[in-house]
Amino acid sequence: MAELFAAGQKPEVLFWVGCAGSFDDRAKKITKAFVQLLNRANVSFAVLGTEESCTGDPAKRAGNEFLFQMQAVTNIEVMNAYGINKIVTACPHCFNTIKNEYPGLGGHYEVVHHTQFLKKLFEDGRITLEGGKFKGKRITYHDPCYLGRANNVYEAPRDLIRKLDAELIEMKSCKEKGLCCGAGGAQMFKEPEKGDKDVNIERTEQALETQPEIIAAGCPFCNTMMTDGVKNKEKEGAIAVMDIAELIASAGDL
Amino acid sequence: MEYLPNILFVIVLIAGIGFFARNVKRLSRNIKLGKDVDVSDNIGQRWKNMAKIALGQTKMVVRPIAGFLHIIVYVGFIIINIEVIEIILDGILGTHRLFAPFGTVYDILIGSFEVLAFLVIVAVTVFWIRRNIIRVKRFLKPEMTGWPKQDGNLILYIELVLMVLFLTMNGADYQLQQMGAAHYTEAGMFPVSQFMAPFFDGMSISSLILVERTAWWLHIIGILCFLNYLYYSKHLHILLAFPNTFYGKLVPKGQFQNLDAVTAEVKLMMDPSADPFAAPAEDAAEPAKFGASDVMDLSWVQLLNSYTCTECGRCTDECPANQTGKKLSPRKIMMDTRDRLEEVGKNIDANKGQFVDDGKQLLDGYITREELWACTTCNACVQACPVSIDPLSIIMDMRQYLVMEQSAAPTDLNNMMGNIENNGAPWPFNQMDRLNWAKEE
Repeated sequence: MAELFAAGQKPEVLFWVGCAGSFDDRAKKITKAFVQLLNRANVSFAVLGTEESCTGDPAKRAGNEFLFQMQAVTNIEVMNAYGINKIVTACPHCFNTIKNEYPGLGGHYEVVHHTQFLKKLFEDGRITLEGGKFKGKRITYHDPCYLGRANNVYEAPRDLIRKLDAELIEMKSCKEKGLCCGAGGAQMFKEPEKGDKDVNIERTEQALETQPEIIAAGCPFCNTMMTDGVKNKEKEGAIAVMDIAELIASAGDL
Repeated sequence: MEYLPNILFVIVLIAGIGFFARNVKRLSRNIKLGKDVDVSDNIGQRWKNMAKIALGQTKMVVRPIAGFLHIIVYVGFIIINIEVIEIILDGILGTHRLFAPFGTVYDILIGSFEVLAFLVIVAVTVFWIRRNIIRVKRFLKPEMTGWPKQDGNLILYIELVLMVLFLTMNGADYQLQQMGAAHYTEAGMFPVSQFMAPFFDGMSISSLILVERTAWWLHIIGILCFLNYLYYSKHLHILLAFPNTFYGKLVPKGQFQNLDAVTAEVKLMMDPSADPFAAPAEDAAEPAKFGASDVMDLSWVQLLNSYTCTECGRCTDECPANQTGKKLSPRKIMMDTRDRLEEVGKNIDANKGQFVDDGKQLLDGYITREELWACTTCNACVQACPVSIDPLSIIMDMRQYLVMEQSAAPTDLNNMMGNIENNGAPWPFNQMDRLNWAKEE
């Protein structure tokens, strides 16, 4: 972003990569797949790179409002300085925080989740896909809480799966009733409280009931939790956990 | 002596309503112990929500069986109240079936009351079976033992008895009408209670009048008693569901409130011209407490939420933490908040209007830290509530207290927050490495 800005250029959209997308080995693949799609569609985009910092979501959900607001105002300062208007992110937590909680602190942007952004690219004909290697595959989609219930985005990811000509099978709790993967509310960063089983195992069991070939997710944290769940069930050879962006990017000859 | 029943009725009525007014006053005083919040925005949307969610029961039918049965009881409750108006007027004026001159309309009304009363009996019976025979899981959670369980059943018994009394009153009336008893002019339609005829077989007019009058009196006294039972029970939702859905959250569920008190601090920290050594102004208010450890730290809407909860347990049933055997139950969060609020209210009553520290608080005294930290903030409980209660907001406020007032977060979370502070990421990675993915293959 700094380079574009210095050259006096303004990108169409800022891609907010997020901590998982920047540092987590699995999530980095999602980042790369999405970037591939952006390039394919000739979208001029920028990333903040080393100027990006945690949105503050896990701090806020853990109860540290102070740290959250410190992070928020810092990020807002950076983005406002660059005159950012539109942001796309592959992380529902970043999406929710920037979209809903930044405006109150002076950060007003149009924020979309990458599934919404990709859907628009298809609608505008900037990327096309016919058939592809997922044709007829059984795919079940796990709703990330911060995309679904938190922001009522249920259809964009599903529309994209349908574009793959795949068979979309719903789990017994989906959409508004979608079961959490267990990572939200800063749970990702701590051990779970004592119970009968872990939330991601419960959710993986629901996913396995649909006998999927692929479990699709739209959140790097859900991806981790579901991947762990599938490994726990020793199904990692048969079932892949993939982000929607990865599905689209690897479907055709992109 | 002729007016004795009228006088007696007016006394009973005034006592019933007066006692209820006293309860409402106490209720509103307790709710106002909460912090003020501005809910004057989007009035149009608020009315719409109330109409849809409370009046229209849209979220009840998400679970079709319970939803359908509930609609029967709900419609029965509302419609049969028209009959209660007639009963009250009859009682005051000493008339019998005052609205009878409306003719066909009256017949249809009475007829539909009877059908509804019958359906309510069926619904209430099924509800009782679900609680006690089928033992639906969500009614058997640890927080549902003792009084909450009794309360649930008691409400069903009262409703059953009221409906039976209503039908008995009508059934006897119908017999008296057939026999041409004085004052019992033919009016109304009795599609249900006419089948009660065998019970009244061979009874004289005077004993029928005794049955009819007894049922009439017990029915109205029962209603007044039930009205006053509300405050002591989970059943307040029949009134509070309306304001509660009106004041419910309007912004996206994922949007958690930004604490203004913190914003003020952060702004001060970011202000290069702020004097770090400035002494607080003489008249400066006491710094705001961050988060909530007791009911007084919550907002009045959250307290209203707690009184509105009717312990249906849909929230707990959908909660991922609860489903996987953790201690957290969103319903218990609401019940605990209400029980503590009641305790605080009683404390104020006992101490001439002043709250005297009782060494207890909502945190630890009612809600444990283990429960609070088990929440994934997934909003399933908020989504599930048929009357717009937000247990998550209370959990979040209490976490804020733990972290910002007590520095009592679990170690793992402290590490995560330390990372964010130092490296701008929840993991110990250097911010300078953020773009490394772009250089990798």
